[in-house]
Amino acid sequence: MRRASDWRAHRHPSWWAFVAHRVSGLALAIFLPLHFLALSTALRGDAALDGFLRYTERPLFKVAEWGLVVLLAVHLAGGVRILMIEFAPWSGLRKDFIALTCGAGIVAGLAFALALVH
Amino acid sequence: MKRAAAATAAGRSDAAGRVLADAIRQGRRWYWQRMSAMVLALCVLVHLVTIVYAVRAGLSAEAVLARTRGSLAFGAFYGVFVLACAVHVPIGLARIAEEWLGTAPRVADAAASALAWLLAALGLVAVYGMVAG
Repeated sequence: MRRASDWRAHRHPSWWAFVAHRVSGLALAIFLPLHFLALSTALRGDAALDGFLRYTERPLFKVAEWGLVVLLAVHLAGGVRILMIEFAPWSGLRKDFIALTCGAGIVAGLAFALALVH
Repeated sequence: MKRAAAATAAGRSDAAGRVLADAIRQGRRWYWQRMSAMVLALCVLVHLVTIVYAVRAGLSAEAVLARTRGSLAFGAFYGVFVLACAVHVPIGLARIAEEWLGTAPRVADAAASALAWLLAALGLVAVYGMVAG
């Protein structure tokens, strides 16, 4: 049954945590089969995989990769938050976990960016 | 579990049976989504560290395949990772299809099952390619 949305709830940090988890999950789900297909080029030999890896050295791919790493970290931290809410005995840490999710995205983004310029 | 749901549903009115069968289906989805999430939490953490390490070391086929070829540990870890993804991703997409596109739960479930097999096949071929290719 569909209910009219109460927009007041959309100001709550938990709603933004839900949006971040859903959007990151959707983007990762779209990327995953492409990732598998790209890695499967290794079956056609080193040259085929190397050709693909050279192709992905373009700046646009690097920006996309950076975004995917951030989304993966955000989805991981957001997922752990959900597991904590559902399975852990304690409560009261929920907004802290949302902050941790943001932190995980920033840490992963910085680590990947630093590795890129290394 | 499916048979139990159908049998229980058969003993009730059609509408009540459908509600019960949908509730059982949702419960089953929730269970597998969370179980796969626990596995994935560890896998993704290791994968993120691996990504940063591999990118720092330079991404060339030679460098990557030198680490993965013939490595049972790599094959086992990423084999588990792929299977957990194959469970987790289709369930999430089915939920999104239901909530955002209004897809019927039975249709979403059938599509999710097909996608699970496809992802498992694509992922395991990719792992095989990296280990034995």
